[in-house]
Amino acid sequence: MPFKRFVEIGRVALVNYGKDYGRLVVIVDVVDQNRALVDAPDMVRCQMNFKRLSLTDIKIDINRVPKKTTLIKAMEEADVKNKWENSSWGKKLIVQKRRASLNDFDRFKVMLAKIKRGGAVRQELAKLKKVAAA
Amino acid sequence: MVAFRFHQYQVVGRALPTPGDEHPKIYRMKLWATNEVRAKSKFWYFLRKLKKVKKSNGQVLAINEIFERNPTTIKNYGIWLRYQSRTGYHNMYKEYRDTTLNGAVEQMYNEMASRHRVRSPCIQIIKTATVHFKLCKRDNTKQFHNAKIKFPLVYRKVRPPTRKLKTTFKASRPNLLM
Repeated sequence: MPFKRFVEIGRVALVNYGKDYGRLVVIVDVVDQNRALVDAPDMVRCQMNFKRLSLTDIKIDINRVPKKTTLIKAMEEADVKNKWENSSWGKKLIVQKRRASLNDFDRFKVMLAKIKRGGAVRQELAKLKKVAAA
Repeated sequence: MVAFRFHQYQVVGRALPTPGDEHPKIYRMKLWATNEVRAKSKFWYFLRKLKKVKKSNGQVLAINEIFERNPTTIKNYGIWLRYQSRTGYHNMYKEYRDTTLNGAVEQMYNEMASRHRVRSPCIQIIKTATVHFKLCKRDNTKQFHNAKIKFPLVYRKVRPPTRKLKTTFKASRPNLLM
């Protein structure tokens, strides 16, 4: 199985551990085998261990260690935010966040919606069974 | 960044003025220590070896911590050190890639402890310098001097995001590829 996601300058990664958990960052330079210099539009450039990063499929076109404004412009051009939010991984994370932030009334509404959906599915199933039995 | 164990200090001191010498020469030293007290002690240790002055007839004029000027750029650091092994003293030159000098020094202490079993009191830093990438000697640092560096992460054991979610047993084999 060849590798598809590489550590390279411009690779977008998700922080999966630590203080910046859940943030999308761009790998801007590689310090050594275990660490990368990492940057995002709303944080100070810092170094992170690769163990804290999950590489994504998104890659932007930048030179080694770009200026902050260059980085922001490149991210806008590559449309990282929309690509991320439309990817299945990004969508899953958004749904997870929404579910975690529901209040009791929202969960009640979800319960009703689930019952309704289950009822509709079962009705269709019953119809299909009748057709199959006949 | 995680707090560094070793801080860089600039210690300035001189011998106390005597009737024979009203204005003794002032000496400045940059050294690494875990705290200021230890820095001053190290200063006298080194100064005693270089000049005829001791803490009892000298005074520290200033001690300041030195911080990294550009902690957001990666540099190649060369560290010259003298260490005591079980059989004698040796000199060494080591190279590290890091964003800050304190980080490189910390890497050095950890590496000396692991590779040569040398504890930190037995290490003396002779000199440190940022090395231009053309002048680096070690292949280990030179392999990262590539503007189009690209490599895959081969063995990806993803950690739980908090220690609370850690489990001893897993229901299915984790995917190590991504």
